[in-house]
This record gives sequence, structure tokens and C-alpha cells, in this order.
Amino acid sequence: MIAALSRREFLQAGGALVIGFTLSAPGFAQRAARAESKLGKTLDTGEVDGFIAVNGDGSVTIYSGKVDLGQGLRIAIPQMAAEELGIGVEQIAMVEGDTALTPDQGATAGSSGIIRGGVQIRQAAATARETLIGLAAARTGKPAAEFDTVDGEVRPKSGGTGIRFGDLVGDKRFGVRVDPKAKLRDPASYRVVGQPLARPDIPGKVNGRHVFVHDFKIEGMLHGRIVRPPSVGAKLNAVDETSIKSIPDARVVRINDFLGVVAPNEWDAVSAARMLKAQWSESAPLLGADAVLAWMRTGPFDGDETLVKKGDARQALAAAKKVNAEFYWPMQSHGSMGPSCAVADVRDGNATVWSASQATHRFRETIAKALALPKDAVRVVYLDGSGCYGMNGHDDAAADAVLLSRAVGRPVRVQWSREDEHGWDPKAPPQLLSLEGAVGDDGKIAAWRTEMWIPKATASLPNMPLLALDAAGIAQTPGITTGLISQNGDPPYAVPHQEVLVHWLKSSPLRPSNFRAPGKVANLFAVESFTDMLAVAARRDPVEFRLQGLSDPRGIEVIRRTAALIGWQPRPSPAPNFGSGRGFAYVHYKHNESYVAMAMEVDVDKASGAIRVRRVACAHDCGLIINPATLKAQIEGNILQTLSRTLFEQVAFDRSRVTSIDWASYPILRFPDAPEIQIDLVNRPTEPPLGAGEASATPVPAALANAVYDAVGARVTTVPFTRDRVRAAIA
Amino acid sequence: MPSFTLAVNGEAKTVEVRDPDEPLLYVLRDRLSLTGAKFGCGLGQCGACTVIVDDEAVRSCRMPVSKSAGKKITTIEGLGTPDKPHPLQVAFVTEQAAQCGYCVTGMVMTGAAALARKPNLTREEAQQALAGNLCRCGTHQRILHAMLRAAGKATA
Ligand code: FES
Ligand code: FES
Repeated sequence: MIAALSRREFLQAGGALVIGFTLSAPGFAQRAARAESKLGKTLDTGEVDGFIAVNGDGSVTIYSGKVDLGQGLRIAIPQMAAEELGIGVEQIAMVEGDTALTPDQGATAGSSGIIRGGVQIRQAAATARETLIGLAAARTGKPAAEFDTVDGEVRPKSGGTGIRFGDLVGDKRFGVRVDPKAKLRDPASYRVVGQPLARPDIPGKVNGRHVFVHDFKIEGMLHGRIVRPPSVGAKLNAVDETSIKSIPDARVVRINDFLGVVAPNEWDAVSAARMLKAQWSESAPLLGADAVLAWMRTGPFDGDETLVKKGDARQALAAAKKVNAEFYWPMQSHGSMGPSCAVADVRDGNATVWSASQATHRFRETIAKALALPKDAVRVVYLDGSGCYGMNGHDDAAADAVLLSRAVGRPVRVQWSREDEHGWDPKAPPQLLSLEGAVGDDGKIAAWRTEMWIPKATASLPNMPLLALDAAGIAQTPGITTGLISQNGDPPYAVPHQEVLVHWLKSSPLRPSNFRAPGKVANLFAVESFTDMLAVAARRDPVEFRLQGLSDPRGIEVIRRTAALIGWQPRPSPAPNFGSGRGFAYVHYKHNESYVAMAMEVDVDKASGAIRVRRVACAHDCGLIINPATLKAQIEGNILQTLSRTLFEQVAFDRSRVTSIDWASYPILRFPDAPEIQIDLVNRPTEPPLGAGEASATPVPAALANAVYDAVGARVTTVPFTRDRVRAAIA
Repeated sequence: MPSFTLAVNGEAKTVEVRDPDEPLLYVLRDRLSLTGAKFGCGLGQCGACTVIVDDEAVRSCRMPVSKSAGKKITTIEGLGTPDKPHPLQVAFVTEQAAQCGYCVTGMVMTGAAALARKPNLTREEAQQALAGNLCRCGTHQRILHAMLRAAGKATA
């Protein structure tokens, strides 16, 4: 099933990362030379040449603005292109996220890699195919309708010899606009899309040869470390450079409150950063974790907004027997396994940055502005980082490297420490939700209100404000970024009277950013926990209760399949036997993307409050499936990571600083906690492909909370579900 | 400057260091360009830096170079090569047991040491063997399947 070892190809010269599939060394050398020779190619998303080049040997290079963050785009996008072009995926190499080579397709975020990035490249490939057929038709004097593209050739449909792509446009420009009407292949004829092809980067990641940004080195590079203030917002009063004189090659860089060290040897840089004596002002600008909940209720606010209004929920609830609940989601860290890292080379009025940025084009503008350089003088090249799941510290680390490199006139690599990452990465914002609802005499949901208290993102903020620029006193647009955190606050079920009201908080207690399925994880925790509470009030089975409110056949199908997968027997909660239970949850992501249903089985130990998740079942419909193997990996990752967030995670901080700064103070899920996961994929070849990087994260917390309720008859409404909280709920 | 001779992947390597407490991880990555072992925490908490020292899985971020001399050190680069991978590496590729892949070399090293001790381990034993290795992407299920595959057990 899995292809032979494939290879990673790495360009030292320009630093572009090219992933290819062939094993032959000559292929690598040629392709390496080729990528650099393409400097100066168009980056226009309206041009086929922006995305696709046919090389002289007939192989193809795809230029993708969307990058592979570990989610498998590196195989999925070539699959989409290969299908339309009519060429084997092993003939395609993909260049990712290089501002000198790849078009700006927007950030790789919000599950947009396939929906927008892949679909855009697919259309370019379909256009390229029509162009290739047109060229063959002109050359042979036969009508275009008589040709198709197969195995890298334009061939007569009636059979006979074809003309190789390389002979038609090899090393030449297509010179055509992407045609939005270029005909896509009939899904019934798909040969590449839908196959569980192996990712090209996995062998290198398993044998240790894959070059992450952390492993990237260039000639003359120094190692840099940032010396962070002891508290957020502290000012640097004095630095004693003699304190590191025992490390001869280390030197200090100071720009206002930005303080770092560089050294040719990495351990020297680490040691110097630890040894350097600096005096900082006292600073205590933070709320402290204990005060967050009270602050969320009292503001300051930036107005209220009614997001959903159907019927008159307030009036309907006034007369009804109400169910209420309040749900709280704390701040959490992205918790990347590898602390953020970047390499920058700022010299002679040019800057090159190697970074795991999710948005190299956007980041280029930020860096150009910070350095007061023209945009064209800055190149940002994507290299794989440690999984980030949203904006972790990668852009911060890159800005650190840029400032250090500019100061010393040499390339500098900045590797954050574990304490840097846990202490200073931007955090998912806190969320508070209050729900009230009622069931009618017919056993259906009659009315529903959701109120949420969440920070308001700053409109059109160019980039999250970066630590280095702040400390160095370099102007940047102030504001906060959170992602679209107010979605999915309303139930997906038919409810005649419903309302969603947001109280927008002006700020967030720690610098926020988007974290996988921003806001929706907490919103679905509330909405789907509350749905079960209403099912309990109606004395109904939770699955039947959901189905009676649903008319969308795709939603109904994932619910039925999940119930079948876990062997769901209809009965109301709680379970007859104390201590073991099952829970269910459902989401139609953003009400217009993927459909996911999830069920889990848990054991809860009454004495300790410990939760053990035994089994998780999930049916998933994201429309057309490009690659079922990478899709399953994404779903498993969503489930396990979100179980971790629900069971274990919250950022601790006092008035001055984050205090959960390692894996002991910020524990995450470990192997003994990992349940068996079963996944049922619904493929809909004639529907558009939807995102899968986030949706299946969102039903996890409610499925777990509902299973805990089923097991012990008590509801946990605050994350994380610590043993103390579970014990307190049972008592 | 103190100098130490290390036996890395069957080759003798001599390094001169300013600080005899420099962790083996930095020696491997920065001085010997063996970047398969990753920096994850430097605190012995995550396992990303795992190498095998005299048949034991060891956290190279906590092992001073001075204590590494005279021991047999195997890194992921020496465990298997692209042409001749270790059976556990083959199993990882077959199971596609990586998302970002940052934790994976540490998983393979820890797992290989565990399999060397107990070639036919069970799922529970694999979970215990890897309990100190963290993965943020949630690749646990695939990694466990790779372990079981290498242990000669069928996976789901
Ligand atoms: S880096 Fe050594 S255990 Fe984390
Ligand atoms: S695969 Fe990304 S941390 Fe494990």
C-alpha cells in the first residue's frame, strides 16, 4: 500500500525546500537547479505559470503558497494536480511557502489548505491540461476533443502514441490565465484523488534526515538566544556585559528592551544567555489566572453583538421550565513539541528568513516594514517546524532572528527554549458561555439562548504584534488576533426560538492568537453538553434527541454511522451502572463545512476522580476525500490533542508572568492515556472537498463531558477535567 | 579546552568543548551535524532528544558530554539508513506514523530500545515504554500501531 522510500530534497543554495518523490540522485540535482532558475517566475495567482511548471524532462513542479504543517498537503495537493494534469504523482515536486517562488494563497490556517489552496491549484492544473491538449491538437491538426492527458502525455483517446508534456511546454511558460471554467475531470474517473498515498516526507522524518527549520544551517551562521524579561512589560535598566566574559566568542545585542546573545557555538549561546546579568524594572501588568473569570463578567467591553436571532427566545424561555448552565474554557498554549526556531540573514539591504511561518507572504510584509526595507528585498522561505496548530511562537522567533542578524551582520539562528515557548507563545483566549434552554411537551428543544464573553479580534490587523519588535521599540500595529471564535454558538438542531449574544471583551489576559478550530472547541463544548442536558430534561436518548432536530441528510448520516461504530444502545443518561458511561456529540463545522459525529466510552473512578477514555468512534464527512490516509491522521490528531486540552491543560500565570513553563506544570496527554480510535470516513466524490484540520477537534470535549455525566450522573462544565473537579462534581 | 572522544554510530569522534557539562544533544546536533535528535525541552521531560547509549534509551539533553565519553552512542542516523532502515523505522513508514514528525526520531529511539529488551511487547507495554515521550500532534495511535507491527503483531 505504501510506496517505497521517497526522498526529501533540499536546496542549500537558495534554501527552498523541494519535496520530490523520485529516488534517483540525478533527478534531485536537476530539480534543485531548476527551482533556483525559476527565480523571477510569476507569482500571479491568476496565471497557470504561478502554480505549475513543466520541466524539460516532462516532470512537473507545483508552487504552493499553502504549506505542509504536518497535515499532509505535501501529498494531497500534488494528488489534486496530478489527477487533472494526467501525470503520476511521483512525477511532481512541490515547492512550498517561498515568497520568491510561490504565489500568495493566504495563510495556511482555518482548514483552508485543500478548500482554497488545493482547489486553486486544481483549477490551474485543469487549465494546464486544456492548454497541453490545445498544443497537441495544433501540432497534429486534429480536434482537441480527440485527446486526453495520461501518464504525462497528450494521447489520442482512440489510442496510439502521444506527445510528452515536456515536448510541448518543457521549460517554457504556459502563458495562459487560470480559466475558472476549465473542465475538471469527472470524479467517477479519478485514479489518484481518493487514494491513500504515502506522504513523501515521512521516511526522512523517521530516519532523521528531514531538515526542519531547527536543523537548517548556513555558512557563517551564529546561534542566538533571547534573554526574556522576568516579567511581562519589564524595562531593561542595565546589562553587565562582563558577566559573560568567560565565554570568549559570545556577544551581547541590545536594542532598547530587546536583549539577546549570539555565539558561533550553540551551547555557548545558551550558556551566555543564562549567565548574562541584566537589571529589569518591576512589572505586574497581568490579571493573574484567578482573576480571569471575574474580569470576563465585568469587562471592559467593546459592545454586544447579536449573532443569531430566530423567533423570540427570551419570551419563550420566560414562560418555560428552564435548564441553565455555564461553561468555561481557560487559556491554553499551542504547546509545540519543538520550541520555535528561525534563521535570518539580514545584510546589505536584503533579508532572507527561513521560518515555519504559516503565512510567508504576510510575514514578509511585517519584516519589510520592521526593517524599513522594500518588500522585494525580503524573502521568507518556509521550512517545516514542529506542529503549531495555529500561531505559536514561530513568527516571534523569526523576528528575534531578524533583529539579531541585522545587529551583527551575520546569519543568526534563534532557537527558543522550552520556557520561551510555554511562557511567551501567544495563548488561546479564555471563553465563558452561559446557556439557557427549554424542551417542549413534544420532547423537542423549544427555545435556546447562548451568551458568550470573548475577546474581540482587531479588525484587519496586519500581523499579530511580535515580542521582538515590541521590546526593540519598533512600531507595529497594535491589536489582538484570535481567529473566528464566535462561530457555532447556536445549535445545529431545529429550534424555533433561538438567540446568540456576544459580549465582546476589549482585550485578552495574555497576548492571544488562534489555536486550532479557534473558539469552536469551547463553543461546541457548551452547545453539545447543553444539548445532552436538554435530552436529560426530556428523558430521551441523546442520539435520538439529536436526530429528531436534524433534517440535513449528511448530518444524519454521520450520527447514524458513529452510533453504529460504537454500538450505541438507545437509553437516556445517566447509565444504570455507576462508573462507566458513553457520550455523544455532533458538529456541522461553521454550519457550512464538515460534518462530524463522535462517541466515546469512559470509566470514571469515584474515589480519585480519574477519567479513563477507553474508546472513541468518529464518522466524518468532509465532502470529496483527497487522501483518506492523511485525512484519518488529521482526525486522530484532532481527537487526541483535544482530549489532552480537555483533560489536562490550562495556562497558569500570576500578575507578572506565565508560571506553567514546562511539561510538568503544563501536562499533556501521554501514551497510557491514549484510547483506541475508530474512524468511519464518508466520501462524497461529487461534493466540494472541505477542510479536515479542525472540525473533528470540536465535538471532543462535549462527547467526553457527556460520557462522564453518563458514568457518574454529574456534569463537568469547566476545563480541564481535573481529578479534583470531577470529584467535586460527583460529591 | 577539554577534549572528549565519543563513539558515535561506530565511529570515534573527538570534540573540544569549553564546558564539560555541554549536553550530548548539542555536541551531536551542532558539532557533529547529527540533527536527527531534536531539542524539545532540555529538561528531560519530552524524549525528543533520545539516543541509545550502551543499549539504554537516554535523553541526550541531560547527559553531559563528559559522561558520554567511552560509551557506545547510537543516534537515529546510526540506527538505520535510508537504504537500510531499522525494522521499527519501516513500521513507522508503513503506518505513516508522523504528523509534523518532530517527536518521531525520539519515539523511534525509545521504541527501538524497548523492542530490543522485549521483541514481542503488547499494546500496554508499548504505552508504558513510550510514557515519557510526548507527541503534541496526537500521533499516538499510529505510533503504537508501528510498535506492534515491529513486534510482529497485527494492527487494526
Ligand atoms: S529535549 Fe531532552 S527530554 Fe526534551
Ligand atoms: S508528530 Fe508532531 S509532535 Fe509528534
